[in-house]
Amino acid sequence: MRTTTRWVGITLAGVLLAAPLAACSQRGANNGGSEASGPCKGQQTTGITKTSIKLGGTYPLSGPASAYGEIPKGVRAYFDYVNKEKGGVNGRKIQWIVRDDAYQPPKSVEEARRLVEQDKVFALFQTLGTPPSTAIWDYANQQKVPQIYVATGASKWGTDTKHPWTIGWQPNYVAESRIYAKWLKDNKPNAKVAVLYQNDDYGQDYLNGFTKAIAGSGVKIIAKQSYEVTDPSVAPQMSKLAESKADTFFDITTPKFGSQALAADAKDTSWNPLHILNSVSASVTVLKPVGFSHVQNVVSAAYFKDPADPQWADDPAMKLYKAKLKQYQPGADPEDQFHAYGWTVAESLVKTLESMKCPTREGLRDAMRSQHDQTDDMLLPGVLVNTGPGDGFPIESMQLERFKGSRWHLFDKVVDTRKEFGPVQ
Amino acid sequence: MTTGRETTRRTAPAEADTPYVSPRERAARLLTGRPARWTFAAVLAVALIYAPFYFVPFRNFQLTLVLVYAVALLGLNLLVGYSGQISLGHGAFFAIGAYATAILMYRGLVPYPVTLVVAAVLCFALGFALGVPALRLRGLYLAVVTLSIGLFLQPFLKRFGSLTGGAMGLTIPKPEPPAWSGLAPDQWLYFLALLVAAVTFALVWCLMRSRVGRALLAIRENETAAEVMGVRLAFYKTFAFAWSAMLAGIAGAVYTWVIGFVSPDSFTIVLSITLLAGIVVGGLGSMSGAVFGALFVEFVPSVSQDVNEAAPGIIFGLLIIVVMFAAPTGFAGLLRRLLAVRK
Repeated sequence: MRTTTRWVGITLAGVLLAAPLAACSQRGANNGGSEASGPCKGQQTTGITKTSIKLGGTYPLSGPASAYGEIPKGVRAYFDYVNKEKGGVNGRKIQWIVRDDAYQPPKSVEEARRLVEQDKVFALFQTLGTPPSTAIWDYANQQKVPQIYVATGASKWGTDTKHPWTIGWQPNYVAESRIYAKWLKDNKPNAKVAVLYQNDDYGQDYLNGFTKAIAGSGVKIIAKQSYEVTDPSVAPQMSKLAESKADTFFDITTPKFGSQALAADAKDTSWNPLHILNSVSASVTVLKPVGFSHVQNVVSAAYFKDPADPQWADDPAMKLYKAKLKQYQPGADPEDQFHAYGWTVAESLVKTLESMKCPTREGLRDAMRSQHDQTDDMLLPGVLVNTGPGDGFPIESMQLERFKGSRWHLFDKVVDTRKEFGPVQ
Repeated sequence: MTTGRETTRRTAPAEADTPYVSPRERAARLLTGRPARWTFAAVLAVALIYAPFYFVPFRNFQLTLVLVYAVALLGLNLLVGYSGQISLGHGAFFAIGAYATAILMYRGLVPYPVTLVVAAVLCFALGFALGVPALRLRGLYLAVVTLSIGLFLQPFLKRFGSLTGGAMGLTIPKPEPPAWSGLAPDQWLYFLALLVAAVTFALVWCLMRSRVGRALLAIRENETAAEVMGVRLAFYKTFAFAWSAMLAGIAGAVYTWVIGFVSPDSFTIVLSITLLAGIVVGGLGSMSGAVFGALFVEFVPSVSQDVNEAAPGIIFGLLIIVVMFAAPTGFAGLLRRLLAVRK
């Protein structure tokens, strides 16, 4: 037992010795970043030099949401195109690091921290998904690192005022719901609506936006059904909705379930509602397996050009996208809307980077919050990127479209939801 | 580190009886003997305390998560490793602990250290309640029942939006380091996790050396024999289930402190399965197995990502297979074999 006592003593001594040692090596508050001089004095220049700019993104490359793992391919193709054929952004070559978070918020935080602290990126572009991006945004704002153009349509990215370093990009779900609500109020004032929605933040955002927008009008929701992402099929929900005999069906689903709902609607000949499909699933690749003859007159809304849609076949921007995706990401299907989305958002980012007054993180934060009628060639004609004080929603315009023959036909005019309905609260 | 080894060592003949000690054996003694252990423990303690001052905040964050997973795996080990039950629903208890803490902190009901106690008590009670019926089942049947618990929780969390924040989850301010400590937030969180891990490991260490621990080991070796010896199977199994649920809940509470955000997507069935894979790979039936498992769960996904960006999941899976082939008893078992030169 004496030996034990001796070793306990040594242990304690060791710990005691370590304590002051540890205290001596406390690090300062500075996270090792560099600062600018000149007119942008004191601003952070971590990750940006005269010839390079380092960005980092988190996407679910593995796990249940890995379908979104296609997006970085489109982004990378655009960055390669800019680096190799355009000489970079104002002479700066973009270096882009992608990390997998498997759609797991704790992993997202870890990977974001790795990108910021170890890889020392200039900004986070993009983080995908509402829960992962939410887990990161406090950190990004504490560190004063821009978390730019997050890949989710939740309305919180624009309504929040406590996180100036985080901003969304695509039209938010509430805004899109408002477009359908307005159109129904004008054209089908006594519509009885059945709603199918995914039971998560995305589905709830659409549903809440729609419910608020039709409040006080003759348009009423008479039935609603939800499904979980893990459900194998939405067939039972669809048969329940059919029993309601609603004359309008609002389909808030992600691609896999979108196809199922469209197919179920086509199969049930006794129920033929006006089918409104959310833009998330409005790609021609979703409609094709159902058969074009079954999806005639489905209504949706769009903000960027669907690469699978023949109407854009001769569009110069579309041709460029298809050629460059083929060149830099051989094997990636150009008709996949995720690739087109990645390409389009990357173009917006590059334009935002070009508009920075100071080549600093602060400069990017200010630039992303002061875009005026910025164009992006893959967006629909008339859809512009606009932000400013009190407006944290880059894209808020969409246009209604109806499926006829084998392609979408845009109708009405581009609706600027901010102008039409006021800011999303 | 197991009780088994401890006992053999105690009953081994006195060293004076063996006149000749081979160099091999001498080396083994040096490595596994009592003084060596204490030295090792001391070095480890110093390293653990010194680590957050040495690493960048991002590494500290990873280490903190390792500690969190280690506590959860310690609980799972108690169940799988010691009492021989399989649980595929441990992520659920982890989630309940995390959510209990999140809700209490979100509403500002109690100071954050108290939330840990609440999470622990809640999960213990739930583990006990679920353990009573569930543990009359054996092996695969129990696995299926626990799997359903794990599957059931996610939709359940979404339904009670006013309390749980629904699919959006809850964002909670992280515990701030007190001014007197002079620590950065990541260092403070690390020390909180370290403290919790140290206390829980000490508790389980004592538990396994008590009457309860011996009963659990007896059950694992041979249920019938244990029962004949007077061990009440149902009681001890339920007890192990409750303890292991409690440890998962404690880990969940610390997780909430560290991440500052909970959502149903954070606690899918994949979490339960990853935890189980972690403890099997780490090594069943030993406390160091929980630590190895935690290191595996935390670091291997990011390492496999570095190997192949396109398919990290496949690399992760392959690595599990490789480990199981090379070291069927897990890392802890491998280490034990390497050190056990005496045989």
